[in-house]
Amino acid sequence: MTEAAIPCAAAWRSRLILRLTLGLAVLVLAVLVGVVLGETPLPPSQVATVLAQKLWGAASGVDPIDAGIIWNYRLPRTLVAAACGAGLALSGLVLQTLVRNALADPYLLGVSAGASTGAVAVTIMGVGAGAIGISAGAFAGAALAFGIVAALARAAGGGSAQLVLAGIAGSQLFNALTSFFIAKSANAEQARGIMFWLLGNLSGVRWPDVALAVPVALAGLLACAVHIRALDAFSFGASAAASLGIAVRRVMVVLLGAVTLMTAVMVSLVGAIGFVGLVVPHAMRILVGARHGALVPASALAGAVFMIAADVVSRVLIPGQVVPIGVVTALVGAPAFALILIRNRSRA
Amino acid sequence: MRISATDLSLHAQGRNIVDGVDLQVAAGETFGLIGPNGSGKSTLLRLLAGLDRRARGIVELGGEPVSKLPRREIARRLAMVEQQAETGEALTARQVVELGRTPWLSALAPFGPADAAIVDNALQAVGMKSMAARAWATLSGGERQRLQIARALAQRPRILLLDEPTNHLDIHHQLALLRLVQDLPLTVVIALHDLNQAMGCDRLGVMAGGRMVACGPPDAVLTSDLLRNVFRVGATTLTDPRDDVSLLRFHNLETFNEIPAAAADAACKSRPCRNP
Repeated sequence: MTEAAIPCAAAWRSRLILRLTLGLAVLVLAVLVGVVLGETPLPPSQVATVLAQKLWGAASGVDPIDAGIIWNYRLPRTLVAAACGAGLALSGLVLQTLVRNALADPYLLGVSAGASTGAVAVTIMGVGAGAIGISAGAFAGAALAFGIVAALARAAGGGSAQLVLAGIAGSQLFNALTSFFIAKSANAEQARGIMFWLLGNLSGVRWPDVALAVPVALAGLLACAVHIRALDAFSFGASAAASLGIAVRRVMVVLLGAVTLMTAVMVSLVGAIGFVGLVVPHAMRILVGARHGALVPASALAGAVFMIAADVVSRVLIPGQVVPIGVVTALVGAPAFALILIRNRSRA
Repeated sequence: MRISATDLSLHAQGRNIVDGVDLQVAAGETFGLIGPNGSGKSTLLRLLAGLDRRARGIVELGGEPVSKLPRREIARRLAMVEQQAETGEALTARQVVELGRTPWLSALAPFGPADAAIVDNALQAVGMKSMAARAWATLSGGERQRLQIARALAQRPRILLLDEPTNHLDIHHQLALLRLVQDLPLTVVIALHDLNQAMGCDRLGVMAGGRMVACGPPDAVLTSDLLRNVFRVGATTLTDPRDDVSLLRFHNLETFNEIPAAAADAACKSRPCRNP
């Protein structure tokens, strides 16, 4: 039985290539669907013509306004949604594994709240404006929030429950700070824009945002892929990982750094979108099992597809009006979160 | 492979949990650690595995200081089975044992047929091969314990550290495990609560209050004085007529008074533990 279960290297490699190809195909399809659907659905043939024209310089007879909607508006928006979904799902997966808490994700642990505070502070003060400056502010805020939550959890005894409680405290603190900054410094117009962005919003996304989100998501994916065995070794905790030969401190620094970077960049671009990091990894555990060799690519792909779908829903749910994407992910995520709580009942 | 410790200490939470332990265990030797609850056995094992950065003193594996070795190299030389091992991940029994191959794998050396064979052998050695496909969550405490030992064996270490591995095991599996450990061509340091089981070790070290207060062959160490002073029990030595092996039958001391201070002081004087 076991002998049959051992795939020979070549078969294993060809299966890997097949799965990666399949995954990429699904992702490309999801992006195309994301571009086709919207307030005014555009025919797929038109989308294909515009993409062919932009990518390969093919001739196109499409109305320039429709072409502009497709190329300058929907495509970057869909690509950023995919990158954000992948980044947040990977962040949740890594946090759940490293801190061994089924409820860990950047949103619940206060990392997203810290990133929001940092981004809002930079926006209002206007220092180093532009996507990079805001992302840097978000990174500083996220790292600070993470540090405070980790220190508080540790001081409270370092247990799993303490971490979630410390995360709630951290979220509240940084959300309050964000509100304080807005109330103190922003004018009415600014405040309205910031509040809308905080709920999660992909409307303002353009190509420069793609150039930031996609490389960061890919870098995060690479960091996770390199540490697949280390992530597996954390199944029985950090001490067990150390005795399996994992350099725990270095792995923690690299992976938690990657999580902070991904969360910060995604939050700075689209706002604090909850539940993706929590729900997607759990769904993937049920589908592909507990091993990170499958979990890492599956979570990244599913996160990307889920976020594209949530964005499409947010655009078509109420005709003529865009619902914040954070509202859509929470509407799906909260019931899923309840299911996870119930499923974990036996383990508690 | 030889394992040795020089002046090994850990001061934490305002007290010396391990206090100036000197120890040398020869290649292939089975060394038993005994002592009352809270005497520092588990912490000493963690320090020997290099798992606590706060430790002072020197631990050497095969003559090389553990502080100079990368974690991966330590894990290739030494495997540890701690008392507690829990996971919320939905792993199968076989996947848990496969974790033992971690220090030997890399991007250039992925999990292959040779690793699968090692995992099979390890599962076989602890009698868990027929349960390889079972989920961790469905296994009993004893079965989980045996899997952790299989995981340690799959690491193919030269030194094995075991912290009360017979806990949770039924008597059949206790005896099977001790036989397995004694027959392994490895250096073994094993913390045990059952003193009769400890009699099967090559040498014993007795821990009390973080110090190693006695060390030597079992019959030289387990004297009635030591049992009274350290373990607070009396004992009668009986002989099994089947094979003339002696074993201890314990009884309460007549009084439950605390140990006389002078006797405790005498018992707790640290002695370096060297090979005979």
